[in-house]
Amino acid sequence: MSNIMNSLYNMRLLDDLARKETFIHRIHPLVKLLTTVIYLTVVVSFNRYEIIGLFPLIFYPVLVLVLAELPIGPIFRRILLVEPFIIGIGILNPLFDHQVFILGGLTISRGWVTFFSVFLKCGFTVAAALLLIATTGMDSLASALRMLKIPRLFVLQLLLTYRYISVLMEEVARTLRAYSLRAPQQKGVHRSAWGSLAGQIIIRTFERAQRIYQAMCLRGFAGEYNIGDYRKIKASDWAYLAGWVLFFAVARIYNIPVMIGSLLTGVVR
Amino acid sequence: MHMADALISPVVGGTMWAATAGVAAYSMKKIQDDMDEKKIPLMGVMGAFVFAAQMINFSIPGTGSSGHLGGGMLLAILLGPYAGFLTMASILVIQALFFADGGLLALGCNVFNLGFFTCFIAYPLIYKRIMGKGYSPKRIFGAAMLSAIIGLQLGAFGVVLETLFSGKTELPFGTFVMLMQPIHLAIGVVEGLITTAIVTFVWKARPEIIEKAALGEALGSISIKKVLAGFAIAAVIAGGVFSWFASTNPDGLEWSMFKTAGKEELEATDGIHQKLSEIQSKTAFLPDYSFKTPENEKEQSAGEGEESWPAVNSGTSISGLVGGGMTLALAAFTGMTISMIKRRKKKVIV
Repeated sequence: MSNIMNSLYNMRLLDDLARKETFIHRIHPLVKLLTTVIYLTVVVSFNRYEIIGLFPLIFYPVLVLVLAELPIGPIFRRILLVEPFIIGIGILNPLFDHQVFILGGLTISRGWVTFFSVFLKCGFTVAAALLLIATTGMDSLASALRMLKIPRLFVLQLLLTYRYISVLMEEVARTLRAYSLRAPQQKGVHRSAWGSLAGQIIIRTFERAQRIYQAMCLRGFAGEYNIGDYRKIKASDWAYLAGWVLFFAVARIYNIPVMIGSLLTGVVR
Repeated sequence: MHMADALISPVVGGTMWAATAGVAAYSMKKIQDDMDEKKIPLMGVMGAFVFAAQMINFSIPGTGSSGHLGGGMLLAILLGPYAGFLTMASILVIQALFFADGGLLALGCNVFNLGFFTCFIAYPLIYKRIMGKGYSPKRIFGAAMLSAIIGLQLGAFGVVLETLFSGKTELPFGTFVMLMQPIHLAIGVVEGLITTAIVTFVWKARPEIIEKAALGEALGSISIKKVLAGFAIAAVIAGGVFSWFASTNPDGLEWSMFKTAGKEELEATDGIHQKLSEIQSKTAFLPDYSFKTPENEKEQSAGEGEESWPAVNSGTSISGLVGGGMTLALAAFTGMTISMIKRRKKKVIV
C-alpha cells in the first residue's frame, strides 16, 4: 500500500516540478521532445565497448537539471530505482565474455566493460526521460504530440488515462486499506479475494466512467480535448535544439575525453 | 518485462516503433468506425484502473511471495482488442515518462510485447475461440488462463529477440530463452488466475459489461487482421535481417540515415560527405548487432570489438582514462557553478 502512495507522490512531484518557471521550462515542448529523442538515439547508438566516448553526453542531463532548478536527490533516486533491472540482465555479461584487455596496467574483462556501458546508458536514458516530463508536464507534452500529428483520439485517451490515475489510485488505496485492516499480517491479497476485490474496483471504475462521461457531456464535450492554441516555436527554441544536436553530433563523432586526455598527457610529458 | 532504452539499438527501437505505430493506426481506425464517443472516457478510466490495479499485490499461494497484474488480457476482454491495445499503449507511455519503467525509444517494443500479443493474437485466437461457445465459469477460466499464459510467453520471446538483435548483452540466445520463458510461465499462470478471478466476478455481477465488449468486437473482419499481423511480423523480421546486414556492411551511416530520414541524399559524393564518410568509417556509427557467435566466429567478432574500442594500446587508454575523468569533473563543476550563480541571483532579488 505504501507502494501506491509512493507512486502517487512520484507523479505529483514530477508534475509540480513541471510547473516551475525557468529557461528550460519555457522552451517549446515539441523542441524538448525532439531533443530528448535525439539524445536517446545518440546514447543508444554507441558501441557496447565504448564507455569513455559516452562520458561527454552527461552534460545534457546535468545542464538541464541545473538550469531547470530541479532537485538532484529525487531525480537521482528514481534513476537508481530503475538500474537494478538493467543490472539483472547486464550482470551476466562478465560471465559470458571473459576476453581481457589491458587498460593502463589494469586487466579488465570485456564483459565488465559491456556491463558498465549498459549501466551508464541506462542512467543517461532514464535521466533524459524523467527530465523531459519534469520540465514539460503532461498537458504540454500532449500538445506537442498533437503538433506531431498523433491522432486526436489517442492523445485524448492518454490525457484521460493520466488524469484519472490519481483518482483511481486513491480509490485502490482505500480499498486495500480496508482489506488489510480485516486481514492483518498478510502479504498480498489472498487468493479467495482476488476476483471480488479487483472486480469491485472495476465495477466502481465503470460506474465512475459513466458519471464522468455524463458530466463531460453536460459541459459540452464533443469528442475534443481543447488544449488551446499551439504555442509558436520561436527562434530561441530552434537555437536550443540546434545547439544540443550539434553537441550530440560532435560527441558522437569525436571521442572528446580521449582528445582531452591525450592533450593533457602530452603536456605532462 | 518493460525493456529499457539501454538494452536496445536504434534500429531495433525504430523498427518496433514503426510496427507499433502501424497497429495503433489500424486500431484507431477500427474504433472510429464504430465511434461510440462514450468509449473514449471509458478507455481512459480503464487505463487508469489497470495502472492502479498493478499496484495491488496478490499473494501467490504456496510461495509466500506476491505478484501483480499486467493487464493486457484484461483490457482486451473488457474493451475489445482495438481499444485494449490503445489503452495499453497509453499506460506504457505514462509509465515510461513518470517512472522510467521502460524507455521512450523502447516504447515501441514494450507496447508490442505487452499489447500486440495479448490483444491481437491471444485474444482473438484463443480467448474468443473458447468463449464463442457461450459463457460459463469453467470456460472463462480456461480461456483467460490459456490466453494470458500464451500472450505473456510470446511477449517474453519478443523481449529475447529484441535484446539479441540489439546486441547489447552477451547472453547467448539459448540461455536467454531458458531464463525468460520459464519465469514468464510462472508469471503467466498468476496473471491468468487473477484475470480469471476478475472476469468471473464481473461477469457474475454485471454480465453486460463483458458480453458487450465481445459483441462490439464481432464486427471486426478477421481477414484484414491477419494481413496486418503478417505485416507486423514481416516488419520485425525485416528489422532483424537489416541489422545483420548492417553489421556486415561498414557503411552504417548512410544506411541508418536512409532508415531514419527516408532519404538517401547523403551519399558520399562531394567533399564534405566524403570527409564525413571517412570519419564515419573510423567510428562505425552503428553498434555491432551480432548474435553471440559460436566459437569459430568468436575470434572475428572479437577483432571487431577491439577495432571499435580505441584504447587497446596503453598510451591511448591512459589518455582515455584521464580525459574521461576530466570530462566528468568538468560536467560536475559546470553544474555546481551554474546552480551557485542561480542561487546567488535569487538571494539578490529577495
